[in-house]
Amino acid sequence: MTISSPTSGDVQLSEPRFEGVQQVRDALRDVQYLADDGIAGVAYLADRLGKPILVEGPAGTGKTQLAKSVAEITGSRLIRLQCYEGLDESKALYEWNYKKQLLRIQTEQGDTADHEWTEIRDDIFSDEFLLTRPLLEAITADEPVVLLIDEVDRVEVETEALLLEILSDYQVSIPELGTIAAKQIPLVFLTSNNTRELSEALKRRCLYLHVDYPQLDREREIVLAKVPDITEQLADQVARIVRSIRQLDLKKAPSVSETLDWARTLLLLNIDTIDEQTAKDTLNILLKYQTDIAKAAKELSVDE
Amino acid sequence: MLELLNGFVVELRNAGLPVSLTENLDAMEAVQHIPIDDREAFKYALGATLIKNQAHWRSFETIFEVYFSLRGPEYKLVDGDEESMVDDLWREMQDQQQGQEGQGGAGGLENLTPEEIAQMLMSALMNGDQGMMRAMARQAVQRFAGMEPGRPVGGTYYLYRTLRNLDLDSMLDRLMESTREEVGDDLTPLEERLEREEYEDRIDKFKGEVEAEIRRRLVADRGAEAMAKTLRKPLPEDVEFMHASRDEMVSLRKALQPLTRKLAARLARKRKHGRKGPLDFRNTVRHSLSYGGVPAEPKFKYPRPSKPELIVVADISGSVAAFARFTLMLVYAIQNQFSKVRSFVFIDGIDEVTDFFRATEDITEAIHRVNTEADVVWVDGHSDYGHAFEVFWEKYGKDVGPKSTVLLLGDARNNYHASQSWVVKEMQHKARHVYWLNPEPRSYWNTGDSIVGEYGTYTDGVYECRNLRQLETFVEKLA
Repeated sequence: MTISSPTSGDVQLSEPRFEGVQQVRDALRDVQYLADDGIAGVAYLADRLGKPILVEGPAGTGKTQLAKSVAEITGSRLIRLQCYEGLDESKALYEWNYKKQLLRIQTEQGDTADHEWTEIRDDIFSDEFLLTRPLLEAITADEPVVLLIDEVDRVEVETEALLLEILSDYQVSIPELGTIAAKQIPLVFLTSNNTRELSEALKRRCLYLHVDYPQLDREREIVLAKVPDITEQLADQVARIVRSIRQLDLKKAPSVSETLDWARTLLLLNIDTIDEQTAKDTLNILLKYQTDIAKAAKELSVDE
Repeated sequence: MLELLNGFVVELRNAGLPVSLTENLDAMEAVQHIPIDDREAFKYALGATLIKNQAHWRSFETIFEVYFSLRGPEYKLVDGDEESMVDDLWREMQDQQQGQEGQGGAGGLENLTPEEIAQMLMSALMNGDQGMMRAMARQAVQRFAGMEPGRPVGGTYYLYRTLRNLDLDSMLDRLMESTREEVGDDLTPLEERLEREEYEDRIDKFKGEVEAEIRRRLVADRGAEAMAKTLRKPLPEDVEFMHASRDEMVSLRKALQPLTRKLAARLARKRKHGRKGPLDFRNTVRHSLSYGGVPAEPKFKYPRPSKPELIVVADISGSVAAFARFTLMLVYAIQNQFSKVRSFVFIDGIDEVTDFFRATEDITEAIHRVNTEADVVWVDGHSDYGHAFEVFWEKYGKDVGPKSTVLLLGDARNNYHASQSWVVKEMQHKARHVYWLNPEPRSYWNTGDSIVGEYGTYTDGVYECRNLRQLETFVEKLA
């Protein structure tokens, strides 16, 4: 762990991980993540600029998967911080190991008391008693890491501030120790389901990427890539029906993962062309609300 | 290059998009890392660094298309004034574009008859041939739009003229027909539906191409700055409810859903993480065991949260008709998020409509039922807040309790009837909060027959609520 003076904020940019946008895209394709131009482009830029990416979009469009896939292609370790209400410093950044410190002090008392107080104090506030949490772990790691801060919109606005220092300067200030700067710049992904507006300060530090439901062609390719043995024709039909359903006014539109589940189900049932009946019978895999299912069934059978 | 980007950022700011200085700098750095001749990459680089809100993406896209659209000799509108295009970027982009056009094979299209054009367009749509569709779009605009340099007509006019000549609706029918013939067998309704959607999608894409083509020509004629100015539209959150067009209403409705989810999330959060209660002695002692009996970590009791009840009372009279539609959508959206919501609508009589919204999943149907079935007219169908409130208090007053939050929506234009503002005063006494949302600009308040001030004194706040931004501010404040 390198400890520098708090003033030196700048971190050396590490070696670029990617050659170009196309390379990112191809590499992602190799790990079965089909990125469009926007996704690959932003991932590439994030690496070049050394900036975090804020990924927004509806649930189940592969935001988290993107981080995982990028970790895989760069051969980095994925460190994940799942956000939730009430997340605080001690769970996100670091915590002092109170129990161990207490023990240390108690063993000291047993000794003849010739130790200076300052000595003990310096001693108990050292690396040994520091419990690293995901954020600190990500910047102190020696090997390349991808840091995933999942569902960042779930933390309170106040807690967001915790992230700011690490996101802009890749460093963590611990009052007792000084500032810990990153050894290498991790690729940072923040995901958000947009349940609330994130603060300007946070947004400003990030590149913004909106991941939406895929276009027909891309969805078909995803189905083809992720569901082995599926015929091209069935994949095409699946993608078309899903697009059709997404156009309805539903409580929850089918996500990509649900599309894949559906395709797998159809395959298991040995269906090679979808007719209305099979579509209706298996709708419950695609849609999770009874009212949505009823609506979709009605729409699909009675045309116009 | 620097100047070009700066001009672009200024244009974004003019359109109301918040672009900070650091974001501007990021954009400058970002474009250095991407190949400049890759238009898509260039767009995404700028988008990722400058735009941090999905709702703003459309505005960004329009401005981008206008600002970096291609001018030059290949459009036969501006010939040879290369001096105006000092930047290499422009030229490089043009070359790129020209390279693509070359493959499209748009060379011999000029000699075709309109029928042949239609035929070619149809086969292009049939096969989903992108390059062909783009070439057809250019051809169609050149032929049918009748664009003349310097003519002060908006792009929508040209768009209308072009599309009218192509008659895309009947083309959709013909496409469907030929598909049916091709397959031979009868299509199942499902298949037919899917085919139709596919064609509709392609036709939409084609329309997009036509629009882009018209825009390009207009930019070539008038210059990017002027075009950007005419195309400047309010951001979704700045559209006024009272003057929203149909399209804007649709996008408002989409924007509403996340807002109510936000409201629900914020209220729930507030309930859980509000103030701390008194010391929880038992819990503290239990936790002290791990510190050797030292109560190092005091634990507190949290107050049991009570579920919030929402009572919405909305004016749906003619004077706020546009707002009323929006109000009803809001009520509908709220009702989906909260377990206990009761909604009432009034003109001069008042009626409860909670069940209308609960019974159906379809908002248009619910609104239709409210407008036709709810018994809201007492005498003449002109707003009478006083009477409506009085009846409300008589019939439902007992349901207003210390847990309820009352939302009153309307312009408080009472047609000089008695105000009966004591009802609002009573409400404030019994309810947890009473808020008033007024769709009129603040400067109109208390003018004419508006008595919002009189009611306002008894509420916990009157808020101007003309657009989504203001509604959002209110939601933030409420939580």
